[in-house]
Amino acid sequence: MKKFRLNWRGLIAIITFFALWHFGVVYEVSGLSQLPGPTEVIIVWFNEFLFTADYWESWFISFERVLWGFVIAQILGIPLGLFLGASNLFRSIVYPVFEMMRPIPPLAWVPLSILFWPTNEASIIFITFIGAFFIITINVYEGVQSIKKEHIWLAQSLGASRYRIFYTIMLPAVIPAVAVGMSLGIAVTWNVVIAAEMIASDSGLGRLTWEGYVSSTPTVVIVGMISIGMAGYISTLLVDFLEKKMMPWKYRR
Amino acid sequence: MKDTQLGKISIRNVSKTYDPSGANVLALDDFSLEIDSGDFVAIVGPSGCGKSTLLNILAGFDTLTSGEIELDGNLLAGVNKTPVPGSDRVVVFQQGALFPWKTVMENITYGLFKTGKSNKYEIEARALEFLARSGNLQDIANVYPAQLSSGMQRRVEIIRAIINDPKLLLLDEPFRAMDTVNKTKMHQHLLQTYQDNKKTILFITHDLEEALFLADRVIVMTTRPGKMKLDIQVNIPRPRDHKIMVSDEYIALRKKTVFAVREEAKKAFERGEREMA
Repeated sequence: MKKFRLNWRGLIAIITFFALWHFGVVYEVSGLSQLPGPTEVIIVWFNEFLFTADYWESWFISFERVLWGFVIAQILGIPLGLFLGASNLFRSIVYPVFEMMRPIPPLAWVPLSILFWPTNEASIIFITFIGAFFIITINVYEGVQSIKKEHIWLAQSLGASRYRIFYTIMLPAVIPAVAVGMSLGIAVTWNVVIAAEMIASDSGLGRLTWEGYVSSTPTVVIVGMISIGMAGYISTLLVDFLEKKMMPWKYRR
Repeated sequence: MKDTQLGKISIRNVSKTYDPSGANVLALDDFSLEIDSGDFVAIVGPSGCGKSTLLNILAGFDTLTSGEIELDGNLLAGVNKTPVPGSDRVVVFQQGALFPWKTVMENITYGLFKTGKSNKYEIEARALEFLARSGNLQDIANVYPAQLSSGMQRRVEIIRAIINDPKLLLLDEPFRAMDTVNKTKMHQHLLQTYQDNKKTILFITHDLEEALFLADRVIVMTTRPGKMKLDIQVNIPRPRDHKIMVSDEYIALRKKTVFAVREEAKKAFERGEREMA
């Protein structure tokens, strides 16, 4: 039985954070005078957001975009990374183009994406996809390169066919790299989707936050920020859960 | 004919040249060695003497430049014959190469599932029997390698090799990274395994004492390019335990070999320094 132990230091730090915020606003410390205090934010959140369909629709839309971008990035990035790692010919052709595109930040794709894709939704999902795609591909590629040659050799010694080596040695050997790519990818995906929504969308949590700014209601901005933080945290938990399922050998002790 | 009784190796005039960035490096130079079926042979030499190269060629992971290697009269490797890995020659590596994503059971039985006709139940029963014989290890069947100590991992690796009934067991400094206590235990374990199975064993090490303690025959190699320097018969009766390390025969053998090994280690070290400079 794991006993729950309260982390006193952490708790005190959190209370201090809210106290500083509260008193900073009450005593109008410079820069904080325009902002609402924590109690006001919580009250507004409760009364105007938490039980409205619009608020949860923003959650849903952002999650949907993250999910699509993330999943498509996995579906294309994992095989691409595998090919880059496994075939010298393929790498020598594709890698230079890949490396040329990789340094371009996802948000730099916004204008082109809007021009290219027929719907706004598709362009936002595309930008989100770009955010995760390069990270996942690079991680899988490096994962393939770090496969221990002894593992392949041993499988050959034990009489495994090429097909069997691919499925039982190479694929499981890159799973940890896929997991790293997923962890990094999900974080970038949220970064990108929020920025893309602020620039080029009329829905989602990013838009909600931006509208708070445009309508001069900083309380809404902070509600939006907290919501985004929670959404990102939940996504990370989901990815962590998935990783544990993918790599039972790493988590059983 | 019982295949399992065989395992006779002829290594004839084998040379190996590496060609990294144009500079030809001679790793093995005209190396010949006959190993009888069921013999336990240890090769001792400083790092970079080509002993691992020889093992890799035998295992089918590397090619040779000239010469030939036969296993039971069949050409294994030659100038026009690229060696291929096979389950008649299984390697246990220095760093360990258990598949971390497979349980002990899945690791051990990996080589046994070859075609569709394999019977999972029979195979697993056999694996459990091997684990049990190897010091009541049946309890760790469903554990992942990372949950085991390095000594346990190495024991599982040896079982994985033996269960495939190879003609030749290739051990590439398998106990190098271990502390003395674990090493001693592993030596006992390996001697027992050898006693039970009588496979031909080629054991690569840089540790002379280990070689003399375990093997019937110890080959001392020169530093690169690797040649045979000494070929010593170890006529100490089996079963052996660590008491023999203070026996007169053992000490006499040490006297005969220790300076040869030191000399080569020193040469290798000095050359290393020159290459650094």
